[in-house]
Amino acid sequence: MTDGLARTPFHAHHVALGAKLVPFAGFEMPVQYPTGISREHEIVRTGVGVFDVSHMGEFEVTGPDRNAFVNRVTCNDVGALAPGQAQYSAILTDAGTFVDDCLVYRFDDKLMLVVNAANAVKDWDHLVARKAGVNVRLKDISPEVALLAVQGPASEALVQSLTRVRLDAIGYYHFDVGPVAGADCFISRTGYTGEDGFELYFRPRSADAVWSALVGEGRAAPIGLGARDSLRLEVGYPLYGNDIDDTTTPYEARLGWIVKLDKGAPFTGKAALQQAKTRGVRRKLVGFVTDAKGVIPRHGMDVILNDRKVDVVRSGGYSPTLKQAIGTTYLPTHSVTPGTGFEIEVRGKRVPASVVALPFYTGGSVKR
Amino acid sequence: MSDIPSSLHYTEDHEYVRLTDDPEIVAVGITDYAQGELGDVVYVELPEVGLSLTRMDEFGTIEAVKAVSPLYAPVPGEVVEINEALEGDPSLVNKDPYGEGWMIKVRIRTQADLKELLTAADYQQHIGE
Repeated sequence: MTDGLARTPFHAHHVALGAKLVPFAGFEMPVQYPTGISREHEIVRTGVGVFDVSHMGEFEVTGPDRNAFVNRVTCNDVGALAPGQAQYSAILTDAGTFVDDCLVYRFDDKLMLVVNAANAVKDWDHLVARKAGVNVRLKDISPEVALLAVQGPASEALVQSLTRVRLDAIGYYHFDVGPVAGADCFISRTGYTGEDGFELYFRPRSADAVWSALVGEGRAAPIGLGARDSLRLEVGYPLYGNDIDDTTTPYEARLGWIVKLDKGAPFTGKAALQQAKTRGVRRKLVGFVTDAKGVIPRHGMDVILNDRKVDVVRSGGYSPTLKQAIGTTYLPTHSVTPGTGFEIEVRGKRVPASVVALPFYTGGSVKR
Repeated sequence: MSDIPSSLHYTEDHEYVRLTDDPEIVAVGITDYAQGELGDVVYVELPEVGLSLTRMDEFGTIEAVKAVSPLYAPVPGEVVEINEALEGDPSLVNKDPYGEGWMIKVRIRTQADLKELLTAADYQQHIGE
C-alpha cells in the first residue's frame, strides 16, 4: 500500500505519533492522528493545530519577465501584488476551466507558485509549454521545501514565541522572511481552514527543529488531512478534483473575484471567460445541507433536481462544528437560491437536500 | 494494537457477537479495530425491531466523518432490540465498542450458528495484528 510513495520530511514524526497514513497524491500522508478527525477539527477551531502539507508543489520563477509570464499563465493580477504579498489565483485552460488553483507569492527578485500535489506534474508541463520566448527561469523547488500550516486562533501566539519577526505586522495574504525556531522561513499569513494562521516554508533539514518546537503538550496538536478537508469545506474553500476541475470555470465556481479580465495583460483562458461573462453561466456551485437522518452526502453521489440528474455531490461530509451533513454541488443558475430543494441519491434512496448560502461557517478567526 | 476480547465471536467484516445472560440473545456491534479504522462515528442507521435477518444481511449503516460502512448480520435471527443510545451519542461506538457501543440484539435459533464465526485468535490473524 505504501510502495513507491514519497515521504515528507516529517514522516517519522507521524509514525511516532501513531498517525493513520494513507496514499495521497503520491505521498504517504497522515489522514488523522489517534486524536481523531472531529477532535482535531475542534482543536483548530478553538486552539492551534499543525498540518504537514509538504506534499504541495512549489515552483520558483525568476528572470526579468517573471511577472509578465505569471500574469499570462494565471488569471489573477500579479501586477496588484507588492513584494511581500500573496494572492489566491488559478492556472486555466484555453476554455477557461481549471488546470489547478494556486497561490502566487511575490518576492523582490522572484515569484513562487504553490500548487496542488496531485496536479504538480500537469501544472509544470502546462507552464513549461507556455514559456517560449520569455526570459524566465522556472524551477520546481518542491523537494527542497518543507511546509507546515499552523492554524487556529492561538497560532499567532505560538509562532510568535518562536520568532523575532513581528507577526502582528504581517497582514492576511502577506508574508515575511525570518527565522522560526532557528530555521529560515517564509512566514505567510495564509491557510485553508478559515482560522487565523501561518504557512511556514523552510528547508527540509530544519524539519525536526521546527516540528518539535511547534508540536507537543501545551503547544500545537498535529492535525491530519481528514480535518483539513472538513475545515476547508465548512468555510467553503474549493478543493481541486471535487469543487473545481478542468470542466468548471471560476465563474461557475463563484471564484469570479480571482479573474482579472482588465489586468491589462492577455492570459490563458481569457477569451473564453470574457464570453462566459457576457453570456452568463448556466450553473453555479452551491452549498447544501441534508437533514435526513443517518445520511452523509459523499463525493460522487447523484444530485437530482426535478427528477433529473443534474450533477454529483462535489464535496460532502459531516461538519463537526455545525453537527450536520453538508456538501457542495453544481445546480442550474435558476435553482441556486438558498432554500431551493433537491435530492441526493444515497445507497438507492433519494434524500432531500436544500441549498444554503456559502460559507457554511463564518465564525472563524481568520483576519481579513 | 486493538482490543480483541477472547470471549467474543467475530466476522471477517469486523462485526462481533457477544453472548448475553439470555442464551438465546446475542449482542452485535463492530470491533475495536473497525472503529479505529473508521474514525469518528457520526451516525448509526439501525433496523427496526422485529426484522428477521439471515447471515450476511445488511442490517444497517455506519457513517463516520471520513467513511461509510455497511453493517452485516453475523448470525441469522430476529432483531429484538436496538441500541437507542447511539442515536444521541454515536461516539459510543468509538469509546466502548464492546460495551455501550453495541448496535443490535438478535434472538438466535441455535448456538450452533456461532460456530461459523471467527475466534479471537482467528480474527487477530485476519486483521494482521
